[in-house]
Amino acid sequence: MSTTDQTARDTQDTSEEVGGVPTGEDRVAIPGMSQEGETLQEGRNQAGEPEIRHTQHGDISGVPDSSRAGRFTSYDVADFPPLTSTLEDWRFTPLKRLRGLDDAALDGPAPAVSVTGGDAVEVTSVPRDDARIGSAGIPEDRVSANAWSSFREATVISIPRDAEVQEPLIVTFTGESDRPAAQHVVIDAGENSRALVVLRHVGTAVLSQNVEFSVSDGASLTVVSLQEWTDDSVHASSQQARLGKDATFKHVLVSLGGDLVRVTPSTRFTATGGDVAMYGLTFVDEGQHLESRLFVDHSVPRCKSRVNYKSALQGENAHGVWVGDVLIRAEAEGTDTYELNRNLILNDGPRMDSVPNLEIETGLIAGAGHASTTGQLDDEHLYYLMSRGIPEDQARRLVVRGFLFEIIQQVGVEALEEQLRASLEDELARTES
Amino acid sequence: MSTLEIKDLHASVILDDETTKPILKGVNLTINSGEVHAIMGPNGSGKSTLASTIAGHPKYQVDSGSVTLDGQDVLAMSVDERARAGLFLAMQYPVEIPGVTTSNFLRSAKTAVDGEAPSLRTWTKDVRAAMEKLKIDTDMLLRNVNEGFSGGEKKRHEILQLEILKPKIALLDETDSGLDVDALKIVSEGVNRALEQDNTGIMLITHYTRILRYIKPQFVHVFSDGRVVDQGGPELAEQLENEGYDRYVQAAAK
Ligand SMILES: Nc1ncnc2c1ncn2[C@@H]1O[C@H](COP(=O)(O)OP(=O)(O)O)[C@@H](O)[C@H]1O
Ligand SMILES: [Mg+2]
Repeated sequence: MSTTDQTARDTQDTSEEVGGVPTGEDRVAIPGMSQEGETLQEGRNQAGEPEIRHTQHGDISGVPDSSRAGRFTSYDVADFPPLTSTLEDWRFTPLKRLRGLDDAALDGPAPAVSVTGGDAVEVTSVPRDDARIGSAGIPEDRVSANAWSSFREATVISIPRDAEVQEPLIVTFTGESDRPAAQHVVIDAGENSRALVVLRHVGTAVLSQNVEFSVSDGASLTVVSLQEWTDDSVHASSQQARLGKDATFKHVLVSLGGDLVRVTPSTRFTATGGDVAMYGLTFVDEGQHLESRLFVDHSVPRCKSRVNYKSALQGENAHGVWVGDVLIRAEAEGTDTYELNRNLILNDGPRMDSVPNLEIETGLIAGAGHASTTGQLDDEHLYYLMSRGIPEDQARRLVVRGFLFEIIQQVGVEALEEQLRASLEDELARTES
Repeated sequence: MSTLEIKDLHASVILDDETTKPILKGVNLTINSGEVHAIMGPNGSGKSTLASTIAGHPKYQVDSGSVTLDGQDVLAMSVDERARAGLFLAMQYPVEIPGVTTSNFLRSAKTAVDGEAPSLRTWTKDVRAAMEKLKIDTDMLLRNVNEGFSGGEKKRHEILQLEILKPKIALLDETDSGLDVDALKIVSEGVNRALEQDNTGIMLITHYTRILRYIKPQFVHVFSDGRVVDQGGPELAEQLENEGYDRYVQAAAK
């Protein structure tokens, strides 16, 4: 079988869920829905052949390879072609609503940074030439590179080696301008440290942001990135993590507010024993475009990744996008990965694009799989709750909460979980009124 | 004193292709508070359809006839309104609801049915006491509704709701099926408590006479091909036990 055939077949396999799910009658009910996707054991497909899969891309000039393995990177915005919707990476994004983040001089004021908690953590503002900048990743797209070219000072959050930070560090980014701005943040987790960092984005902003997570050997870092912008805000955030030996990284993305929010979290491993869990929760309201594109690059042996993203969508022109690229390179033997995306469409009007991409270049893996489902609330669930007297709107809220709260539970800090539940209640109340 | 009155009810199931198939063909039945009416009939005769139609399941459509509770038009009410009016259906196949804990569910249901939140002081104690009587492990409160429950646990959970929500009229759809003798006794005791303490009127749908050893019906109705084809007292159940439904099925086929 040629690679082209395989691509076509793979595309077909998940065509029900990917590439723009209609909001018509034939959607699957969820949760408890039928589930598309595949689980590959030992890198064998059902025919017993090694799975080799290459993702289909648009023709990007200057990019040597169409698979994620060859994704072009550069610090220089001029190295990237101008954005068009034919680019694979941008095909779902309403480019007109980027408000110039790809092209304009990003000279607006960056959101103000304020910090609470996080005993023993050092937070400093550093110039562009600080050695820690660039430690975790090179821009992978034009908007990210534009911010890299433009930011003046970076915020560096430094967790000393062996530090056991008990209290979560809350970093609040407060936007007060709609002029395009750039921002750079580095979180440097020292060897064998343990910490939880919350990046909370509030206010109004038109922002391209690069966030780097450098997770050293044996360190355990949890990051919660919370997007609670005003409805007119635009936010592109490239969040790149680099994991050392036996490092553990948990990334929880919560996107609730903003006109256009596009977060691209990626994880790279530099040594064996790395463990990443990436969770996501988005609540897409009327008119919002909330996009999450993640990448896990298994380039070394015996690392583990788990991805679980969920979204709820409600209202006219609510558009959610989830793209999950997981690449298992030839040298990454013993990789164990699974990615899951589940989306709940609450009424007629939203559109969800969900694209899992699993590329496997070695047969010697511990496990690999993906699944993606998009559906409506299950009528039988609503019926059961309503048959006990619970009014329909409340029944819907109970089920939606249950669906989304699973992700909030991943945060692991009760006070913060409570805040997130409250934020979600606001969303639910808002979309119902 | 409450009365559920079903008059000449005709109803159809709405199939997946949106076409309909008539199932109920003129059901007449009146149930008062404190009465137990056994509805007995072969599989496929429409017993669950009757219960689901009264409860308002969206898959069933009423073609004609009426259902009233104390004179109020049940068929004009939404599913949740019917429950708040005092109807309860213990389902034959309760669904699993991911992400909603039993504890949260029970409290939400009680609040909805009573129109006010239950007393903080006594609620937890009352629920636990009710669970204990039904020999349900209180761990269930932390589990999601029906998720991973065994068949027996699901049925006990239905009866737990019956005891907590205290409806005027309860429809029990094959609550006995899949239960061993011990579980059947426990569940029956729950139903009998609802009868004695809350004076609930009971429609007891069953295929077998076994449960009637523990819950004593005053009225037995034989259901076949979408209607009541015979009725009588408890002696009719004994007769069915000995003779089966053959007589009625053959009559319906003619
Ligand atoms: N969802 C459905 N789709 C197709 N047929 C159905 C459906 N629900 C019920 N029926 C049919 O309606 C008839 C009555 O079913 P039911 O009410 O479940 O009977 P009972 O509870 O007495 O066993 C049966 O012939 C059954 O096949
Ligand atoms: Mg039945």
